[in-house]
Amino acid sequence: MYAAIYIPSAGPRECAELAEVAKTFSPLVEHSGAGAVILPVAPLRKLIGPPHQIASEISRRSAERGLTGNIGIASNPDTALLAARNLPGITIIPRGAESKYIGHFRIETLPIDPATYQTLEGWGIRTLEDFSVLPDDGILERLGPAAAYLQQLARGTSDRPLKPAPLDVPYEGRFELEHEVALLEPLLFILSRLMNELTARLESQSMATAALRVQLDLASKQLFHRELQLPFPTRDAKMMLKLLQLELEAHPPPAPVVAVTLALTPVEPRIVQHSLYVPPSPEPEKLELTLTKIRGMVGAANAGSPRLLDTHRPGAWALGPLESVVARTPLPGKPRLAFRYFSPVLQARVELRNERPARIFAQTVYGNVLEAAGPWRTSGDWWTLDPWDRDDWDIGLNNGGLYRIYLKRPAEAWFIEGAYD
Amino acid sequence: MNAAAIPSHILSELQWRQEHDVEMLGTGLHELDAAIEGCPRGRITAISGPVSSGRTSLLHSILAEASRLGEYCAVIDTMNSFDPASASEAGVNLGRILWIRCGGHPDHAIKAADLLAHAGGFGLIALDLCEAPARLTRHIPISWWYRFRRAIENTPTVFIVLETEPSAKGCASLFLEMKRDHTEFTGTRPFQYLDRAQFQAMPRKPMRPTPSRFEAHALR
Repeated sequence: MYAAIYIPSAGPRECAELAEVAKTFSPLVEHSGAGAVILPVAPLRKLIGPPHQIASEISRRSAERGLTGNIGIASNPDTALLAARNLPGITIIPRGAESKYIGHFRIETLPIDPATYQTLEGWGIRTLEDFSVLPDDGILERLGPAAAYLQQLARGTSDRPLKPAPLDVPYEGRFELEHEVALLEPLLFILSRLMNELTARLESQSMATAALRVQLDLASKQLFHRELQLPFPTRDAKMMLKLLQLELEAHPPPAPVVAVTLALTPVEPRIVQHSLYVPPSPEPEKLELTLTKIRGMVGAANAGSPRLLDTHRPGAWALGPLESVVARTPLPGKPRLAFRYFSPVLQARVELRNERPARIFAQTVYGNVLEAAGPWRTSGDWWTLDPWDRDDWDIGLNNGGLYRIYLKRPAEAWFIEGAYD
Repeated sequence: MNAAAIPSHILSELQWRQEHDVEMLGTGLHELDAAIEGCPRGRITAISGPVSSGRTSLLHSILAEASRLGEYCAVIDTMNSFDPASASEAGVNLGRILWIRCGGHPDHAIKAADLLAHAGGFGLIALDLCEAPARLTRHIPISWWYRFRRAIENTPTVFIVLETEPSAKGCASLFLEMKRDHTEFTGTRPFQYLDRAQFQAMPRKPMRPTPSRFEAHALR
């Protein structure tokens, strides 16, 4: 059983007072928009009495703080809120009699989107009772799952759990050391203790974290900060500790440590429903650990998922995280000729004949040009400090290689950019 | 050797391996798929050939096929030579690609491949050793290849090694030797452009009598 309290035209002060009143009855309070809160009242039956006494007590305590509003009590949070928003005073709706109390409400009282509203209005649906008698399958088929949920609201049979506002739990821990710690291993021991405490707090609040911050107070009176952003919410203490270890190995503090502070940023946990028909993917925790190890080896800027930039500049890309949901790319009808970059590009000396490349000499590539196509002139970014302006050629050499070379303008220098392969 | 002399647990393992059908990942090239059925999952595939022999075009085609199936793929790029634009043109879904740029360090590439193979979950891991100095690739200990083979065994991962000289040695279950047949420049001088190239993939292991040919079209 849930009670909803609604104060019409409540300002910030009234909202804060309302939250305080609700907290005197239950630590689990859902804030449902301005001036509205929902709280579970079933546990109060033994403490206060039947629903009408609970409602009177809520009303009395609200009045003590100068709040006057509506109270709705029902078997589910949504019906209680609907009653509180639309019926004056105290309304207690017994289980099973929801449609009797809310059936005459206008359809606009539901949190309905304009398109669905227009459709329902077009069908002549005016009240919640009209809406609730429509067939479930037809609504789901025609208007989708959101409308099916609205129909549950109209019938007063929605069964969603309460979404209480998170409690003000500090997700930060500090440990003052008696002796300076200069080695990573004992430091990790301390961090492990803090991490276990904080993740236990997260778990107790059904929360996870997506960022962790470490502050080390150094013996040199300096503060040393490290921050890790996780690509997914987690509360896996072991994995986060390993990531911290890798981070501190890569960036060790410059002096011994005298105090450790660890803070986690709470976020909603990740809920994933795997499908039988979706190919397996790397476990996010394992992948993040693996990527951290790889980034430690090749550099943070050299591992990720490539993204093409919206420019004509050759070789313009950026690296981002792997995408979990990717739109399907249509396959081209025929195989494409791939290109490979030389990194760095090879500076070359090119002999021209009739203004076309005839021979080329570079450090590892040289020979007579058998075929040449070009020049393809491209330029851009002239308004920036890094413009490009070049003439591209595709050439086939007598050594069997197919290369892309370019003349950088206006410096008139030749380079081999890469090979077709 | 008499089968009765082999311990039963070893015999059952051998029999299982004989009976077990290896799942294949298509290459996206009909003639090649008809010849070799695709790249075996849980095995190493080696693609070898000189520059401009179609190694990378074949890799992009396989990557496109894997990403089309929604699989995550890793490209370990020893010499920073991967071109996302041409891969995208070939149909590769870049959001599914993890690209590791090793800056010319084959040792980093080998270690990254090892970490990814052990992390699991990838449909395809491509270790690109093309253009890496031969003096370095020749000295990759053979134990690494056995290690890769063991790591991906019994997983759906296709492990592809792209190389100029064969280095995966006996650990590869499929070895394709690449060669370019011809290149077509279209148009009349001076208005020519690179149109297409025809490549041939010769299966050396398992041996096939004739090569499979495919054409790759230029982007321009």
